[in-house]
Amino acid sequence: MRTLIKQAHLHDARGDHGVHDLYLRGDRIEGVDLGGEVDHTIDAQGNLVTPAFIDLHAHLREPGQEEKEDLASGLAAAAAGGFGTVVSMANTTPPVDDPGLVAALALKAERLGLARLRPAATLSRGLKGEGLTDFAALKAAGAVMITDDGIPVADAHLMRRACEYAQDLGLVIQTHSEEPSLRQGGVMHEGAVSQRLGLPGNPAAAEAAMIGRDCEIALLTGARVHLAHVSSKRGMQVVEWFKAQGAPVTCEVTPHHLTLTDAALASFDPIYKVAPPLRTDEDVAYLREALRRGVVDNIGTDHAPHTRAEKERDLLEAPFGIGNLEVTFALLYTELVGSGALSLERLLELFQAGPARVMGWPTPTLEPGEPADLVVLDLEASRPVTPATFRSKAKFSPWSGQTLRGWPVMTLVGGRVAFEGV
Amino acid sequence: MTTPKHLLDTQDWTVENIEALFNTADVMAQVLERTIKKVPALQGFTVGTLFFEPSTRTRLSFERAARAQSADVVSFAAGGSSLAKGESLKDTLKTLDAMQADLYVVRHAVAGVPHQLARWTDAAIVNAGDGRRAHPTQALLDAYTFRQRFPDGFAGKKLAIVGDIMHSRVARSNAELWTKLGAQVTLCGPRTLLPPELAGGRVSLTTDLCEAAEGAHAVMALRLQSERMGRGLLPSLAEYRARYCLTEEVMAGAHPDALVMHPGPLNRDVEISGALADGPQSVIEAQVKNGVSVRMAVLYTLLVGRR
Ligand SMILES: [Zn+2]
Repeated sequence: MRTLIKQAHLHDARGDHGVHDLYLRGDRIEGVDLGGEVDHTIDAQGNLVTPAFIDLHAHLREPGQEEKEDLASGLAAAAAGGFGTVVSMANTTPPVDDPGLVAALALKAERLGLARLRPAATLSRGLKGEGLTDFAALKAAGAVMITDDGIPVADAHLMRRACEYAQDLGLVIQTHSEEPSLRQGGVMHEGAVSQRLGLPGNPAAAEAAMIGRDCEIALLTGARVHLAHVSSKRGMQVVEWFKAQGAPVTCEVTPHHLTLTDAALASFDPIYKVAPPLRTDEDVAYLREALRRGVVDNIGTDHAPHTRAEKERDLLEAPFGIGNLEVTFALLYTELVGSGALSLERLLELFQAGPARVMGWPTPTLEPGEPADLVVLDLEASRPVTPATFRSKAKFSPWSGQTLRGWPVMTLVGGRVAFEGV
Repeated sequence: MTTPKHLLDTQDWTVENIEALFNTADVMAQVLERTIKKVPALQGFTVGTLFFEPSTRTRLSFERAARAQSADVVSFAAGGSSLAKGESLKDTLKTLDAMQADLYVVRHAVAGVPHQLARWTDAAIVNAGDGRRAHPTQALLDAYTFRQRFPDGFAGKKLAIVGDIMHSRVARSNAELWTKLGAQVTLCGPRTLLPPELAGGRVSLTTDLCEAAEGAHAVMALRLQSERMGRGLLPSLAEYRARYCLTEEVMAGAHPDALVMHPGPLNRDVEISGALADGPQSVIEAQVKNGVSVRMAVLYTLLVGRR
């Protein structure tokens, strides 16, 4: 099987390569402007072709909560968002704390042929925050990351032991950094808005304090610690300080923490209930600045779908999380690149080389012999967010109706078309 | 003057709306003075009371306000069993909407629920207290009670509210309404129960009760929920009483005609001294009584006054 991607504007971590005909052979990139017979031609005129995105943080809900999402819908949503590789979070029911479960997920995902699945496994057995899971066996079964994401690891001693053990195995430990007793029952950012709305607040200090603890443990153990979804200025400042100290830590931010604030909760719509919570304008500005300065290593979607009925509960009962795999690129391209706050090159880096570096994976490029995991982006396409068309089961979105520019029109995974859109 | 569709909080009611409501409440108060305390004003209307959180006092006050105007009343009390576990709020409302009420009075332990319900029904919604956020009819009846004693209005007046400000929808709603009407509001309580973010505009904060009461035209004590003690918010009841119990001594620093208020039910000699609660400055009974006429006015305004 030989594929020609015609008239593609090529871009990868090595830079901008101008317009070329890109040839794929089987599941690999063959080269540019080679000519000769092909089985399949994709017209990419006017479009940017670049390595498919990597998301280190998606909740695909399988096993156990398939009413919210499953591998098929979640990986289809990922492909529609331009993602070729997704790390799935392990806080499912049952939790992914068993090597057999990791292997089963990986096998099932491979058969689906959508985005590639790279499962995370839990840090503690049953997500209980008590005993460690079998990291080596989980790694052998295909787990690429160890995390109790969704539930902060309250016990610092357990965190330390996890880091020591993971360090030896070369596994990345990812953290959900919110100090639980400081966070308490907070459902939104603690500040002027939460006080006015009378909703229990979750202070930025809960995040900053826990990031501080986890960075100290990273320094102590030498383990690779990835700080998920940093949401606050205080939290980001702590990360920066520890990075300057040489702590082996990396960090990500999410699309929602870069574009929404706690003011959205004034509508009392639980769609805006996320953990960590949406913060203030000042925090958003600081996170954007941190993206630009290179403090942030990657964008993780924290795609966290729920059923509509769950999000139609009151603000205390409704679960945390929003689905966003399909809009993430267009949202950030529109709001950050479109406003001049960030270069396209840097935005792409946060989806490609950045997450690869976090995981210790090779930087995705368009060089001959590399996997043909590609996204075709139409940067001129301008259309409203229409959740009804989402591949994800969560067909509602905070950005519903908002017109965004710059959409993935095709995603190839291993040379096969995993998504083709308008 | 346009009347808002709902009473979710007093923010979206103008001063004009509120004064009109007080004038209607004056008429309703006269109705309640008659031998036959019933008028046909709301005949043919159905008022549904949705109390997801128990509150007999507020529910009875609303029901009496509805019946005094000849409205039909259907009540839904979700003591846990009626509200199916896991059922969405929207589904619950859709079930209840079979009642075909023209107006729902909603009480819920979580802030924002009346707003959520207002999005999902055509009926008018009256917020009868949502979490720690708002209790607009309580604020309206408190302000109405004050206006009876100080007919020259709110400008230049000072209201002090003392107690668990953090968890109090009464404090939030009163601060909002009284400052809108032109008064100054001082919120007072121990630092653990006094969120600094609530200060601003005509609202100031202090942890010193005597300072709060100083020159005040009304001082309102809030009910202290004893469960606050266990969560590290208060060291002990004795300490709270010593620092924050509203007494005649404290009131000595207030305006000579100052009113003593309390949204009830009271913990005597915890947040307010028994003598003060029963004394000549106390308008606690008037608050309860005015509650019915103000709520009559609210129902009337939303159901008939809007046409
Ligand atoms: Zn998380």
